[in-house]
Amino acid sequence: MTDASKGFRLLAAPLAFLALFFAAPLALVLAASLAARGQPLDWAFSLGAYQRMLDPLFAGVFLRSAALAAAATLTCLLLGFPLAYFIVRQPPPRRRLLYFLVLIPLTANSLVLTYSWITILRPQGFLDLALQSLGWFGPGPFVLLYTPAAVFLGLTYWYLPFMVYPIYASLEKVDFTLSAAAADLGATRRQTFLRIILPLSTPGILAGSMLVFIQCLCAFVVPDMLGGSKTLMIGSLIQQRFLTLPQDWPLGAAISITLLALIGAAVFLTLRLDRSPASPR
Amino acid sequence: MDFRPPRPRLDLPALFLRANAVLMYAFLYAPIAVLIAFSFSGSRYSALWGGFSTRWYEKLFTNAEIRSALLTTLALAAASTLLSTLLGTLAALGLARLAHRLRRWFETFFYFPVILPDIVMAIALLMFFRTFLPDSLGLPAMIAGHVAFNLCYVAVIVSASLKGFNPALEEAALDLGASPWRAFLRVKLPLIWPGILGGALLAAALSLDEFVIAFFVSAPGTSTLPIHIYGLLKKGVTPEINALASLMLAVSILLACLSLLLQKRNS
Amino acid sequence: MNPRTALPGTAAAAFLACAALLLLFLSGCGPQSGSTGTASTLNLFIWEEYLDPEVKEDFRKETGIRIIESNFGSNEDMLAKLQAGASFDVIVPSDYMVQVMRRMNLLHPLDHAQIPNSSNLDDWFHRFKYDPKHQHSIPFQWSTTGIAYNKKQVSPAPDSWAYLFDPVKAAPFKGRISLLNDPREVIGAALLHLGHPLNSTDPAHLARAEALLRAQKPFIAKYDSESFEDSLAAAETVIAHGWSGEIAVAQTENPDIAFVLPKEGAIVFVDNLAIPASAKNKDAAHRFINYLLRPEVAAKIANYTLYGSANKAALPLIDEEVKNGPGFLHPDNVPLHEIEDLGEATALYDQLWTRLKAD
Repeated sequence: MTDASKGFRLLAAPLAFLALFFAAPLALVLAASLAARGQPLDWAFSLGAYQRMLDPLFAGVFLRSAALAAAATLTCLLLGFPLAYFIVRQPPPRRRLLYFLVLIPLTANSLVLTYSWITILRPQGFLDLALQSLGWFGPGPFVLLYTPAAVFLGLTYWYLPFMVYPIYASLEKVDFTLSAAAADLGATRRQTFLRIILPLSTPGILAGSMLVFIQCLCAFVVPDMLGGSKTLMIGSLIQQRFLTLPQDWPLGAAISITLLALIGAAVFLTLRLDRSPASPR
Repeated sequence: MDFRPPRPRLDLPALFLRANAVLMYAFLYAPIAVLIAFSFSGSRYSALWGGFSTRWYEKLFTNAEIRSALLTTLALAAASTLLSTLLGTLAALGLARLAHRLRRWFETFFYFPVILPDIVMAIALLMFFRTFLPDSLGLPAMIAGHVAFNLCYVAVIVSASLKGFNPALEEAALDLGASPWRAFLRVKLPLIWPGILGGALLAAALSLDEFVIAFFVSAPGTSTLPIHIYGLLKKGVTPEINALASLMLAVSILLACLSLLLQKRNS
Repeated sequence: MNPRTALPGTAAAAFLACAALLLLFLSGCGPQSGSTGTASTLNLFIWEEYLDPEVKEDFRKETGIRIIESNFGSNEDMLAKLQAGASFDVIVPSDYMVQVMRRMNLLHPLDHAQIPNSSNLDDWFHRFKYDPKHQHSIPFQWSTTGIAYNKKQVSPAPDSWAYLFDPVKAAPFKGRISLLNDPREVIGAALLHLGHPLNSTDPAHLARAEALLRAQKPFIAKYDSESFEDSLAAAETVIAHGWSGEIAVAQTENPDIAFVLPKEGAIVFVDNLAIPASAKNKDAAHRFINYLLRPEVAAKIANYTLYGSANKAALPLIDEEVKNGPGFLHPDNVPLHEIEDLGEATALYDQLWTRLKAD
């Protein structure tokens, strides 16, 4: 049996599941994007939704969301990579514990946890009081809440584990005896890191970055709460098309399909950077 | 055993790593501490501390609807985690065997459920189920919706783990006479296990917290905690909600401890 | 991370779980029994904590009909779910949503012969334009939108929308004002302050409102419909654009919070009981609605939620402090306006709102 056919055998079950519970609904969404506005929609062919989507307002919102998502992804990478690296270097029992500890906060309800953040970040909140007692920032209250900085903090907080776990997964099988071999041959730790460890962790970095970026882009509940709902994100825009009156389900569907196409293309291109070979036979 | 090159007296990189780790864990757990602390606040508004009180936990334990929602949420998370971990791992293993070009297409497809906004998926799922599988609305539909995107997270993470996997190891095992299943079990699986576990944990966390799909495909009488919390928050941020969230946190901590203990005992 | 010995157990568990799930799918069973709707259950779709649980229990004891309550957090969520095919017997839409749903033919015309208790309703509700003859809905509880504030920090008491919009009046509270996260409410307040009609579709009026809101944006902390009273209680904000019912509840905890209706005019809205056209159990639905219109039941609900009750006959039975609270605030000198559905013209408000937020 060739590798490819064996691969397809393994892929059969997941693809079948997705075909039924994702591809079928997706076909509905595509059809809806080509439908006319109605209550909620009219199943008559119309390209109106895609035309309405060309409003420059949407492009602006999309770009801003993308910029914020990119910034948050970069931060998650800069903070998450060292964390993953640190955990993987620990001896096994401690390693497992630290690994779990990264995720536990996220099993708490995100809405409630965001309110806890608000309690910390608000004027006269814990952060403010702590900073004041340390004598920083003079007389006025330290205002972080309901600013873009708070949104940025929130996004980084929520998606950090999505960066840490893929990177950890690709690092864990790194044979650290290789670094010993390299050291024997006179390489500095920095060279070892740059030439051996970093390239091997590339799949994890790419996967983590893509997962974080995509989710940051479409996130809006937490950013809305921390930002005081003063800036519109693309996820919120789409939600509004479906819920806020007047409804425009075809437009919401059209924006979603476009997003899928754009981000899908970006993912496809990014995967080119991942030069890992398939397992040959 | 770790053969590191000899270290200078002041090991800056290691110090940095440790400091970063401490900072990150503090960052991750700061709101958790606040959440749990305020669940014991006597005041109705979680913004003010109103003296220590367990009245919110008492209120929760006597609320039958919340109890039923908790059970539904746990069942949903368990089922969706198991199924998505299985399917996601199969997908990753399958992808690893494809040639680079072909694999890219399929891998991109696995990102689609992550990209599609949840409101769109939720409404489409409801319409789909209403038309073709109306009796499966409620828990089965919620599980289907959750597995659809969760399996992709697992697939992506386990894929990352599989890349760079040295196939020579597996081949060596096979050359030595091991059956394919055994070669997989003893060589490949232990190395991708962290990826599988990580994907599973993320899937569980996502399921426990998911509101939109659960709201739309829920049937009368089936509700999940995120749905309740969302509705309750409209009435104000009471410590009762903190207590609820703390309880769920306790459950997940318990499960994590359990699995840690099991692993310790097995190895 | 060694799965060597843990794997067989895990694999077995996973296999069993999948088999069980497959069975679930095929048999279509689940915790829900409501999709076919027997004669003895009633599917209610209602706001969270809007009905005293005792009322459901009392109803079941008297009639044998069990109420299965599902909750939503916004009218829009409820509408979308109904549109996508979900089925309920009784829903609780707000006034403008009733108007929208009537337009979309989503509501079942009420059989008033089965709801004799509707004579208990206050006549005041006939003035509302969304359903004056109660053909498709029965008023349930009402609420107003006004200004909540911290008595200790804001003195003299606000009496006008100017405290939200006027740079001079709002200046002392910069960064500590919150507005509702609702286009009709916020734009409506701006229109009322400018002396324009609440439901104006005149582009000139809306342009002025937009300019006012843009100028105001730097002064406010946030747009929030969910936790404005929480922020007020925490002194994070000192002035909040908010709903009377929530403020009534907040007051029980923090007596420093006060509520006032601005003199230019305030917004009143009514939550109603209605039966969707797709309801499966219309008879039980009528019975339940009639039950909720009994004076003692309506009074019980008002004492629980602290919102204004639509039931005139219930007034003597409601606690004094509830009647004196914000939930029932209805001074004669303040005109109260209802938000009306504007059909396609709603897009004007929607675009204004998007522009305001997209900055």
